[in-house]
Amino acid sequence: MKGVRHYPGFLALTILCLAVLYAPLIVVAIYSFNASTSITSWGGFSLRWYGEVFTGREAARFGQAAWNSITIALIASTVATVIATAAALAMVRGGAFRGRQASFALINLPLMVPEIVIAVATLIFFSAIGLTMGYLTILLAHITFCIPFAYLPIAARLEGIEATYEQAARDLYATRAQAFRLILLPLMMPGIVSGWLLAFIISLDDFIITNFVKGAGMETLPTAIFGSVKQGIKPNIMALSTLMLLVSVLFVTAAYLINRKGRQTP
Amino acid sequence: MTDAVDLRGVVKRYGTVTALHGVTLSIADNEFFTLLGPSGCGKTTLLRLIAGFEDISEGEIRLFGHDIARLEPNQRPVNTVFQNYALFPHMSVLDNVAFGLKMKGVDPAARRARAGRMLEMVHLSAFAERLPAQLSGGQQQRVALARALAPEPKVLLLDEPLSALDLKLRQAMRVELKQLQEETGITFIFVTHDQEEALTMSDRIAVMSAGRVQQIGTAREIYEAPVNRFVADFIGETNLLEVEVASVSDGRATVILPGGARITCPSSSMTGGRHHLSIRPERLTISDRAELMANVERVVYLGTDLQVIAHLDGGQPITLRLQNAARTSLPEPGQRIGLHLEEGGARLLAD
Ligand SMILES: Nc1ncnc2c1ncn2[C@@H]1O[C@H](COP(=O)(O)OP(=O)(O)OP(=O)(O)O)[C@@H](O)[C@H]1O
Ligand SMILES: [Mg+2]
Repeated sequence: MKGVRHYPGFLALTILCLAVLYAPLIVVAIYSFNASTSITSWGGFSLRWYGEVFTGREAARFGQAAWNSITIALIASTVATVIATAAALAMVRGGAFRGRQASFALINLPLMVPEIVIAVATLIFFSAIGLTMGYLTILLAHITFCIPFAYLPIAARLEGIEATYEQAARDLYATRAQAFRLILLPLMMPGIVSGWLLAFIISLDDFIITNFVKGAGMETLPTAIFGSVKQGIKPNIMALSTLMLLVSVLFVTAAYLINRKGRQTP
Repeated sequence: MTDAVDLRGVVKRYGTVTALHGVTLSIADNEFFTLLGPSGCGKTTLLRLIAGFEDISEGEIRLFGHDIARLEPNQRPVNTVFQNYALFPHMSVLDNVAFGLKMKGVDPAARRARAGRMLEMVHLSAFAERLPAQLSGGQQQRVALARALAPEPKVLLLDEPLSALDLKLRQAMRVELKQLQEETGITFIFVTHDQEEALTMSDRIAVMSAGRVQQIGTAREIYEAPVNRFVADFIGETNLLEVEVASVSDGRATVILPGGARITCPSSSMTGGRHHLSIRPERLTISDRAELMANVERVVYLGTDLQVIAHLDGGQPITLRLQNAARTSLPEPGQRIGLHLEEGGARLLAD
């Protein structure tokens, strides 16, 4: 059989897709090192915009936003990972229970529902129960939509672990708790870590939902960048975006590597 | 003396599927007991019930007289060698072997010493610090054995532990397993679908089919005195002939083959009518003192043996096995031969 590469136009289409996807990112990354104030003409290499991010006029605003983003991402991804781990154990090891299919759909629903719908619904819900929009509402929303992202790698990992390991542990006089702590948890760890990393990045990068539930005066990095861009794109935004891109790439790569390493030694 | 394991009327249902239909058997202390049967007959299910991974639907399980049906797996003094070994992949070989002792609360120095001795016993001392993934299949199998024996269980359950090994290793391990059982004095319950394995190692064998025990006995009893068609057919090769029982007297039956030939054979309580007669291929010889006449169809050379495939006068196929001695003159296809049936070589079977 012919490989997909032999179809006419395959190469052109591939290049086009990659260009559309990545050209803007590359342009932003390159221009973040631009010495000139212009965002369209190259004025030589410089790190001034990176300096601007940390010391410039907006530095304090960005600093506070970064602090919010990072603490929210840390807490939300950790809580989401704990919930996702429990959910994966119930789904994969819980045997057949009533509502199993429904539970699965429920866990993964946030992946399929348009984000704007979740954003509006969450806002209405928080208002209805009388929560003031702010740090807490962002955190709660982030925990919720991070769960499916943490769940997927954890459940995939757990499905690959044969039940005989736990049975062997139980057979060798381990209690249920010991079998979980000493055998299943270590074996699940690569999935848990990559689920956590993924959830962290998703939380760090989220804009739409955050923007709806953040309330006045509360900013995360994405909303702060958006607010700043509304007054015109300045190169310091490119520098900031490039830094965020770097963090994302590092985290996603780490998640991938951990998952792959885990798979080599099941 | 109380039996090591005593099963009474054990039934196991998975939803609508019944995996075991009332199994009753007793396994003596210090016995090498084998569960033998084709795939899907319920061997693994029976082991899992004894180990405690599944609950029995009906019946009783006793271990040295104690009812263990309600006990968790970690409360049963029974260890398992899993078919896929299930060695903990994130622990060294030594930690794997010491795991059961650790869970039993044996102090670190003592359990390291005992795990070390177990590894010595299975000739793997040099591999103590390796991870299971760095061992060959045969070595993993021995680690699994050492791990299961280390806590000194009262009964060891082995689920087809040799099936993943190559032929030579499998044969060597049979001897080793048997020796290990004799040295440790632990009751072994061994599951296999390989009859040769069962016949060579076991003190007694339970032949199972479709969730029922068909026969329990020594290798010899099962091979020479199968109680029914299934056992006769499953254990070794046999010729099954449909015969008419003409008369029964003094524990011997005279039967008539479709070709009209009459032979007598031992019979327990068979009355007249149609039954199956089992004749082992190696119990037939080519002879002038013939009870049966046949026409040779094919001769298959098997090295130590010759297999002769022929047709009886009644039309049924019959196979015989001759030793490949130097003096044997090979029968030719088409040749007419007389077959002599050794005393006790035929058995009348219940269906
Ligand atoms: N968890 C289960 N749910 C439903 N049916 C099951 C389950 N486990 C086993 N069975 C059924 O019970 C029967 C016995 O299975 P078991 O695994 O004991 O067979 P076995 O004798 O060990 O076969 P093999 O030699 O292939 O391992 C089979 O028909 C199988 O389909
Ligand atoms: Mg089995």
